[in-house]
Amino acid sequence: MTDSLIDIGLSRGLAVLIAKTLGVFALATVGLLWTFFCIWAERKVAARFQDRLGPNRAGPFGLAQTVADAIKIILKEDIMHQGVDRWVFNLAPILSVMSVLLIWVVIPFTPTLIGVDLSIGVLYLFAVGSLGSIAILMAGWSSNNKFALLGAFRAVAQLISYEVPMALAMLVPVVLAGSMSTQDIVRSQHVMYLIAAPLTVLIFIIASMAELGRAPFDILEAESELVAGYQTEYSGFKFGLFYVGEFLHAFTVGLLIAVLFLGGWRGPFAEDVPALGFVYLLLKSFVGYFAVMWIRMTLPRVRVDQILDLGWKFLVPLSLVNLIVVAFLWKILPGTDSINSAGDALVPSLVLLAANILMIAGVGMLLREEGRRERARIAARRAAQPVSEPGSVADAAPAGASD
Amino acid sequence: MELTVESLVFLLFSLITLGGALMVVTTRNLFHAALFLMLSLFGVAGLFALLTAPFLAGIQVVVYIGAIAILIIFAIMLTPQVTAVRPTNSQWIAGVVVAVVLFALLVSIVTPLMSELGVEGWSAVFTEKNPPPVPADSMARLGEAFVDPQGYMLPFEVASVLLMAALVGAVMLVRPARGAEDEAPQAGAQE
Repeated sequence: MTDSLIDIGLSRGLAVLIAKTLGVFALATVGLLWTFFCIWAERKVAARFQDRLGPNRAGPFGLAQTVADAIKIILKEDIMHQGVDRWVFNLAPILSVMSVLLIWVVIPFTPTLIGVDLSIGVLYLFAVGSLGSIAILMAGWSSNNKFALLGAFRAVAQLISYEVPMALAMLVPVVLAGSMSTQDIVRSQHVMYLIAAPLTVLIFIIASMAELGRAPFDILEAESELVAGYQTEYSGFKFGLFYVGEFLHAFTVGLLIAVLFLGGWRGPFAEDVPALGFVYLLLKSFVGYFAVMWIRMTLPRVRVDQILDLGWKFLVPLSLVNLIVVAFLWKILPGTDSINSAGDALVPSLVLLAANILMIAGVGMLLREEGRRERARIAARRAAQPVSEPGSVADAAPAGASD
Repeated sequence: MELTVESLVFLLFSLITLGGALMVVTTRNLFHAALFLMLSLFGVAGLFALLTAPFLAGIQVVVYIGAIAILIIFAIMLTPQVTAVRPTNSQWIAGVVVAVVLFALLVSIVTPLMSELGVEGWSAVFTEKNPPPVPADSMARLGEAFVDPQGYMLPFEVASVLLMAALVGAVMLVRPARGAEDEAPQAGAQE
């Protein structure tokens, strides 16, 4: 691309600039168009989980339903009520989509196709992810609406809490690969890191769900309490942008799981036929995406204090222990400095797998004990206050205030 | 000076940084001030990236924009009067003096002015005629310097102990008083 531009007589700097700009436009457009498919897929899967059919009228299998919805949402009136902070209100949805699209920059789609192979890839992912919470804060504050503001408060408390375990989980592939570049992380997964670090994948999925703000972590837009949270005052295209940003983010989480833990584009013959690598990456992404959808469809909403307890008192210590164990074992295991084939990586991966199984078993036992204590406490309270209505005591119980 | 793409980008990021900073101190809306502060910090991150220090750029965004600025906004949202604040208070003269002194200090360090006046070892190394090249693996060297006893291990550890103490102090401040635990059912949610 750059070479052909130089051939028609442009200077080198200008040619690079034009080629990069076109690349950015192409990536952003493909990402946004891909969301159309994601929304359709998610609605179909959601429908199956809830014993419905889902969209099935417009186009084959209802594929054109999202297009129809998009046209409808663009044609809707763009309402801006009194007291809105115009600039902030308009910027928030754009920033929300941007923070997700920026993640795509460092996703290695094939062995050769990647936006930029940054040496700080994983740190970049983390930095860009924090922009999303700014968008939510801006939306919540500028709407001049109590529900929106409360939603933004909750969102930021949740996002900040879960950034910690998320960062610690993302450090594990960095430790295993010895590099922060996403392309290097994919290249060094001769045996995918899912085998070596299943506990990390679990932590990453939980933290990502919280970052997404989806059920079971959707208190930031809990319909029964906050109307629609920070999106309450948005309508028309701007609401559409938030909607697109959320679905794109959900798929991007699948992409990240695929890149960081499932070996990205790696697969039979992917090195020789780059296009095949893209297919592998998509298939692997849908594994992660399906896991995210599955959790979303099947679990009820978690209360706000439970969310923060889970983040700070469970996930943060767990991810710290996990990181220390993985880093320590990887350091003392012989031969982990020079892994060049699946054979080299097999033994260390299996050792880490065994350590992970031990950790998961330990956590399971701790949780069982915790659950038993909690049930005993509730039973004791019920026995002490037999007059109150069933259920109300359990709801008012201070989860975590006493421990 | 030759106008390259690089110098254009430098100009752009400098404008973002300085313009954002100017808006922070002049706007009368605290929330807008915080957002402009983010913009200004983002400009600094861009300058770091331009100086081939991508790690610093990433950390700048994660720490200053992703954490500190968001906490500032959080505090602002809990403030009753956010709009129509007076941008100055009674200490503005002291503020101007400190700002001017700091600016003069920085200028004397990042320009070869002092070494031309005859003061040795004051100006930064990169202001010399033939500065040493920037090492390619600056990130790995930075990481090693932090855990190297000959390097910055002691300051690094002291800083982390300080942060830990601040963390414990914050938890102590918001801890419900002994015996009042039953009246504070949401205490666990406020961390």
